[in-house]
Amino acid sequence: MDYVWAFLVGGAICLIGQIMIDGFKMTPAHTMAALVVVGAIVDGLGWYDPLIAFAGAGATVPITSFGNSLVHGAITEFDEHGWIGVLTGIFKITSGGISAAIIFSFLTALVAKPRG
Amino acid sequence: MAGQPTPSQKKYQELANSKEPPRGIVRNSIIAFVVGGLICTLGEVLRKLFIAWGFTEKTAGDPTVAVLILLSCILTGCGVYDKFAQWAGAGTAVPVTGFANSICSAAMEHRSEGLVYGVGGNMFKVAGAVIVFGTVAAFFIGILHGLFHMGG
Amino acid sequence: MLQGKQSWFFESPPVIQGYASVVGPEEGKGPLAGDFDRIHDDMRLGQKSWELAERQFLEQAVNKAIEKAGADKSQITFYVGGDLMNQITSTSFAARTVGIPYLGVFGACSTAMESVAVAAQLVSSGAAKQAIAATCSHNSTAEKQFRYPTEYGSQKPPTAQYTVTGGGAAVIGSSGKGPRVVRATIGKIVDMGIKDPFNMGAAMAPAAVDTIVQHLQDFALAPSYYDMIVTGDLAQIGHSIARDLLAERQIAIDQTVFADCGLLIFDREKQQVQAGGSGCGCCATVTFGHLLNRMSRGKLKRILVIATGALLSPLSYQQGESIPCVAHAVAFEAEGGSQ
Repeated sequence: MDYVWAFLVGGAICLIGQIMIDGFKMTPAHTMAALVVVGAIVDGLGWYDPLIAFAGAGATVPITSFGNSLVHGAITEFDEHGWIGVLTGIFKITSGGISAAIIFSFLTALVAKPRG
Repeated sequence: MAGQPTPSQKKYQELANSKEPPRGIVRNSIIAFVVGGLICTLGEVLRKLFIAWGFTEKTAGDPTVAVLILLSCILTGCGVYDKFAQWAGAGTAVPVTGFANSICSAAMEHRSEGLVYGVGGNMFKVAGAVIVFGTVAAFFIGILHGLFHMGG
Repeated sequence: MLQGKQSWFFESPPVIQGYASVVGPEEGKGPLAGDFDRIHDDMRLGQKSWELAERQFLEQAVNKAIEKAGADKSQITFYVGGDLMNQITSTSFAARTVGIPYLGVFGACSTAMESVAVAAQLVSSGAAKQAIAATCSHNSTAEKQFRYPTEYGSQKPPTAQYTVTGGGAAVIGSSGKGPRVVRATIGKIVDMGIKDPFNMGAAMAPAAVDTIVQHLQDFALAPSYYDMIVTGDLAQIGHSIARDLLAERQIAIDQTVFADCGLLIFDREKQQVQAGGSGCGCCATVTFGHLLNRMSRGKLKRILVIATGALLSPLSYQQGESIPCVAHAVAFEAEGGSQ
């Protein structure tokens, strides 16, 4: 059942992205940036965590979860260390994802050539 | 040519719009839904696997995302990601795989300009906006959270 | 000789002494495969970068054209050319290789006919003995510079065009056997406010129509004078718009065959090229291959080729500017008189 919810929620977020691209004629960069901000706002309202509890990877895999992690990091750090946490906490949770993307991309660029 | 279009430009733009073939938004949306859903389902499978291997609900997210990113880089490196993405649209672009593909493809493309200027300097060509806007949004939302929860 | 408002009439028409086209694998899978001098099955040509590969396509076309003209590099007075790369580096590096005095031009995808017009004028006016006109484009260098990294998974809309990978060159001289350059019309920039770089056809169509109309006016000709009027790379959407615009200006374009190089070079049903071909190499490889071959075989006597260019830069687009376009026309006629 978890898998069904992951499929449905994840698919729905991608569907929204497709409508932004085809319906609103937004560029990929604009679409992704918008979805990240949406994820951040939804987490700011406290609604993203329940979505993760319910949909699992359907909520953590789309790019919106990146916005969620950034806000989560800021808020968690604020709760523990006060105002400075809003700055120092932002990348705490997403660190793994960004590091992975940079490292694996760098390594791929070393061994693979684009094919056009 | 900044500013409002002239009447003749407006008329021309209407003609140009009328000639645009339909984008197939319904077809594209269905494909994006299914492909995106499947990638997330794969993510769920991985997540459950990591939990079985000792991660908690909270900490299983990181390795799940890392594996998906690695897969995305491999497919990008093999030159197949973009072919699949032309068909799948947002289905591959919206999951974190799309984020990884944007970084990986930029790194690969600019390898010819060297590791420092090329790979290092261009890696975030497409993904940069995502990171910047995510960070700035998180900052303001963090401040708002702080203001609403002042005093503990 | 200046004719009308913005055209040149060449009284003793310069001759295309030799022409050549060298293309990549996708173009080699298209309907015009038999007319290219060389088809490569690797877009990268074993080079370290796409840019180096693009240069190779151009140099091979230039060398082949010189060979077919039976010309001597050291006797060619000028090299007129350009391409899509920043600072037209593909052309300047190729000009460095051939060592011919160099006039770089930038007309985006209109470069093919712009360089032929200039080269023909130099020869016709006695300012050059022989001149080469050459241009090229490469799908990957264009994607990398103007759009996204080639392995990036973005979904191209149906209005997008596929940049041709290929180089085309022509050696022009004052005598000899071959098609003649009889007339040329230099276009002016037309901008109807289109901002979408994924719909260049719509941006360029008004410029093509403006030049066609001006050409017919300057020479007091009707479309029926030509066996074929061919635009450079308007592709599906731009070509359709151009037909409508010509009808609005009461030009009876149906008196002749009205075609487009971007639609001729690919089979849109079988190949993933969205609206059709584009790029400097599109008009160049189709003209210096298919079209002039048909003329040499006696199938075409008089054609008008209008190369169309979109003069945007990645920066101008990001700054919210619209896309100014230009179109240059050259009339080729078969050897052995035109009337």
